[in-house]
Amino acid sequence: MSAAPILAAFRQSLVEAWARGAGALLPLGFLGGAAVLVPLGIGSDGEMLKAVGPGIIWVALALASLVTLERIFQSDAEDGTLDLWLQTGAPVSAIAAAKTLAHWLSAGLPLALFSPLLALMFQAEANTALLVNAGLYAIGSLAFFFWGGVGAALSATVRRGGLLISLIALPLYVPTAIFGALAMSGGPGSAGAPLFLAASTLFACAVAPYAMAAALRLAAD
Amino acid sequence: MNSQAPSLLTGAGLGMIRGERVLFREVCVVVHAGDALLLRGANGAGKTTLLRVLAGLTRPEAGRVTRAAAHHWVGHREGLKPQETPREHLKLWTQAWGSGAETDPVLTRMGLTRPADVAGRYLSAGQRRRTALARLLLEDRPVWLLDEPYTALDADGRKLVDDLIAAHRAMGGAVIAAIHGEAGFAANGDLTL
Repeated sequence: MSAAPILAAFRQSLVEAWARGAGALLPLGFLGGAAVLVPLGIGSDGEMLKAVGPGIIWVALALASLVTLERIFQSDAEDGTLDLWLQTGAPVSAIAAAKTLAHWLSAGLPLALFSPLLALMFQAEANTALLVNAGLYAIGSLAFFFWGGVGAALSATVRRGGLLISLIALPLYVPTAIFGALAMSGGPGSAGAPLFLAASTLFACAVAPYAMAAALRLAAD
Repeated sequence: MNSQAPSLLTGAGLGMIRGERVLFREVCVVVHAGDALLLRGANGAGKTTLLRVLAGLTRPEAGRVTRAAAHHWVGHREGLKPQETPREHLKLWTQAWGSGAETDPVLTRMGLTRPADVAGRYLSAGQRRRTALARLLLEDRPVWLLDEPYTALDADGRKLVDDLIAAHRAMGGAVIAAIHGEAGFAANGDLTL
């Protein structure tokens, strides 16, 4: 087995993510828009915004990942590329993982890097904790993208599958949301939370590719 | 047909059910070097499904497929992305397959020199089909599985397909094609579903 098909799939997805929906700009706009709506909805009390800020960003991040993932496998199934990827001889799970990783790099990582700016909007103090949080958002969003990828693979042949993806992926986002929010709360148990967050992301990266592969084979069947 | 030579691809006792309808049953397919097999049948008879079964994309309800040699797949969907140019498409699959083929001669052979750098969404259906067929020349693989290779092609294009198939068979390759109407090459077997 050679890594060539996996690298090619990675590259194609990266190019496609940028060609379609301007890469990171669309999810960034979504994240920004969602985050701006919240203070309008709950009022401008600084203390309150500070308290809910990190959690709001987690939720916005989860939703933004779902928005971008809808087409990741669907376009391949529609234009016949999926048939070709399934016949390269490389493990389908590796190809699915490569495609998901490419999408995370073009959308998930920029979202995480954008998060300190949003945190400032929520009255967070400008200190190194913002950068640590950006790292946590990056780790968490990787899990969001892999679980979302499972939903995307399962709905690859479904028209308007976006809602279905949410239905499948949102329950799988729970551990990441819990440990992510706990890690940033500074409350009891928050010291070990980043490790649990990383563990749940590793679990997603290890399991989701096989689920995606099975779903994609089913989509082509 | 040399029955002594090992077959390149064998499908034995293949059966397929779609919904509550039996598409086909007890279908046997054997191709050797130099063979061309035509799949015939009305729309919806299961030609595409049989090709997908032979390619390993679809699991047959009954029977088994033995692939002794690598195959190329050109389905009725071209596999070309809207933003992808024919040149990029061929580059991508050369890399994915690790074949190291030069893409320029292939583009010339397929008559794609002019639209080589035009994005897929601006190509005509015939140009997209030529791009998909160009993949056949990127790597030498003994078995070609072609689903309606003539679709959207002009007279030149059809002639090109016939020439490619003839050259491939002369080199010891085999072709299984689902074709409606006249095939421009002499097949030595056909299967009506």
